[in-house]
Amino acid sequence: MGRFGRFSAILFMSFSFLLSTVLFSFASGQPQPWQMGLSESVTPIMTELLWFHDDFLLWIIGFVTFFVLFLLIVVVLFFNKRFHPVPSTTSHNTAIEVIWTVIPILILIVIAVPSFRLLYFERVIPEAAMTIKAIGHQWYWSYEYPDHEDVSFDSVMVEDEDLKAGQPRLLAVDQELIVPVGKVVRLLVTASDVIHSWAIPSFGMKIDAIPGRLNESWFKAEKVGVYYGQCSELCGVRHAFMPIAVRVVEQEIFDAWITMAVQSGPEDANELLTHRHKILSRTVSLKNGG
Amino acid sequence: MVTHAADHGQGGYPTGWRRYLFSTNHKDIGTMYLIFGMLNGLIGGALSIVIRMELQNPGLQFFGDPHLFNVFTTAHGLIMLFLMLMPALIGGFGNWFVPLMIGAPDMAFPRLNNVSFWLLPPAALLLFMSLFSEGDSGGSGFGGGWTLYPPLSAGGGPAVDYAILSIHIMGIASLLGSINFITTILNMRAPGMTMHKLPLFAWSLLITSFLLLLSLPVLAGALTMLLTDRNFGTTFFDPSGGGDPLLFQHLFWFFGHPEVYILVLPVFGIVSHIISTFSCKPVFGYLGMVYAMISIGVIGFIVWAHHMYAVGMDVNTQAYFITATIVISVPTGIKIFSWIATMWGGSISFKPPMVWVIGFIFLFTVGGVTGVVLANASINRALHDTYYIVAHFHYVLSLGAVFGLFAGWYYWFPKISGYMYSFFLAHMHFVVQFVGVNMIFFPQHFLGLAGMPRRYIDYPDAFAGWNYISSIGSYVSLLGVLIFLFGVFEAFLRKRPAASNPWGDGANSLEWTLPSPPPFHQFETLPHIK
Ligand SMILES: [Cu+2]
Repeated sequence: MGRFGRFSAILFMSFSFLLSTVLFSFASGQPQPWQMGLSESVTPIMTELLWFHDDFLLWIIGFVTFFVLFLLIVVVLFFNKRFHPVPSTTSHNTAIEVIWTVIPILILIVIAVPSFRLLYFERVIPEAAMTIKAIGHQWYWSYEYPDHEDVSFDSVMVEDEDLKAGQPRLLAVDQELIVPVGKVVRLLVTASDVIHSWAIPSFGMKIDAIPGRLNESWFKAEKVGVYYGQCSELCGVRHAFMPIAVRVVEQEIFDAWITMAVQSGPEDANELLTHRHKILSRTVSLKNGG
Repeated sequence: MVTHAADHGQGGYPTGWRRYLFSTNHKDIGTMYLIFGMLNGLIGGALSIVIRMELQNPGLQFFGDPHLFNVFTTAHGLIMLFLMLMPALIGGFGNWFVPLMIGAPDMAFPRLNNVSFWLLPPAALLLFMSLFSEGDSGGSGFGGGWTLYPPLSAGGGPAVDYAILSIHIMGIASLLGSINFITTILNMRAPGMTMHKLPLFAWSLLITSFLLLLSLPVLAGALTMLLTDRNFGTTFFDPSGGGDPLLFQHLFWFFGHPEVYILVLPVFGIVSHIISTFSCKPVFGYLGMVYAMISIGVIGFIVWAHHMYAVGMDVNTQAYFITATIVISVPTGIKIFSWIATMWGGSISFKPPMVWVIGFIFLFTVGGVTGVVLANASINRALHDTYYIVAHFHYVLSLGAVFGLFAGWYYWFPKISGYMYSFFLAHMHFVVQFVGVNMIFFPQHFLGLAGMPRRYIDYPDAFAGWNYISSIGSYVSLLGVLIFLFGVFEAFLRKRPAASNPWGDGANSLEWTLPSPPPFHQFETLPHIK
């Protein structure tokens, strides 16, 4: 029995080694198959978060875990009945007790410094180029552009049978949120019925949409593309079916889109986006002519 | 009519159903708690298997109506916390072994003890009634999550009210139980057993009881306000009447965070005893262990809003909660290092309880370090409400607390039943369960980092890989549970009698001085502690 017990103890330890694999981060605005780490960054916040998690915290927690594992292996191998038949009777050692209290405190201080820096960087909202309001409903999001004559539209998930080529299932929406690249966008978030949560993993953002409350956050998307997220607070039956999609476009395209949206509504403006080359060349010729 | 002489005389006690329904005996009540916890563990476990079956592949597999899926996750959480872990750890092991360890004949208030157990079956009944009555979204059952956040929980039919009333009753039961434990431990210790000689398991139950005593009334207040919001037109949590949904979250987590320590502190106690027993060494740094548990209990009350970093709290408040939360890992680290130091220099025999405890230490460390990651508000906002959270709290509870529960089971089963179990089956159970739970929950870290939200019935196809592995893991751990049940069955079938102390010199707390199983009334002359 004893031998089998030791065998199972060693088996579980080698298994834990296998489990503790290194994490990587993956590219593109949506999750990737077998992704093991955080998403690729498109905002300054996410860049900081990637550093904080991947290059800093992961090393610390990895070290702590393997240190504990190492100690466990040592006691299992050396302080068992066969190799160490006479147990010691030590039950105090003030020095070591002080050490294992003080060293964790030091490690925690080392963690706290960048953590606070990042918290204030994230939650102190910088001067914004524009404001957008996101409202959570059961079960879709709606967006308003208060700086642009209150252009507003609903953003509803595309059902499986209506998916077009290239649209990811459960993530694609009929009307995406359109924002300009490289601009600080202030996001006001609220909800009309129950609590929802607005989240985009590659922005490093998550902010609850709470009825009766206007929450504030910000992002500065630094790369053109489409970035997906999903409602992140349980909101009822179709909680899993109210994704968030943000299309980050060049400033010229955004200007053309918002002008069109103000004049003839967001549906027409979205038509424009499919001809983005035409817009780009037209804005260039307009600039040259005027 | 039963004569009083028979009632109070040596060894006389009611028999048949009266022995249990009218029981005032801490061991009988403890046994009922253990059976109750085990049955509910099987129900809660079955729910989780169905949840994993649904999530094994993208798309809807078994649940035509996503509401039913939400009902399953909600019920799984409530059942595992309130009807499995708490009854088994506190009611079961606490009732059985606190009086035995402190050399008391019984609990301080035996009839109160009876009431606190017999409140649980009606509470369970209410919870199961809730599953079959109309809830939110028109479907049957309540699917708003075990956290019951309004406004979602403010709407819908009677299912929500039944669930709330059920938690109310469980709360009263725990409250009465904790009053009993506190009184017993403070007043009924054997002569010579000072507080600084109190066994660590009794210490852990004392601290747990204080946590329950201070946190449950807050939960009860929040639930009552929710109940009156739902039924009597008040608007405590309804912004349209000047209320605030966040108030509920603050009150809920003021209970909800200590609840985590309520579940894990008794396990800390059990683990210390097992390590000391099988290393043949006294617990290293006993006083440090005691004060670490006390400080975990105290700090546990001032960290609640780290569950709410995404609600838009004031930035300075968040900075405070980060600080308080990472501070709590210091006493937790002291516990882990003291356990290892107890093993260090020992003469370890790898009997089943010890193997489970070594597994516990490692898994609890993994759950602990991801907790340190989550303490930081910035990264927490990326991971909040994703599968990373699910992985984290299952490492602490489903792997940590449940492994401690099994360790305690294999440690005390011979004492409780009087029979030895098969070590081979117990070791098999460990290996299968260890592989299974790690397969379920380790890949969920990856899903969470990649952004998969929790409480989702369906997910983008990219998440399919790790979800598949996770589901296979849940079938492996189901196999583990079957081995466990077979082990229990085998022990009762073979009836190998257990000695009063089957574990040797290392086991030196008072319960091992009594025969296995102990007599109906023990310590009729109180033991003296030197
Ligand atoms: Cu939602």
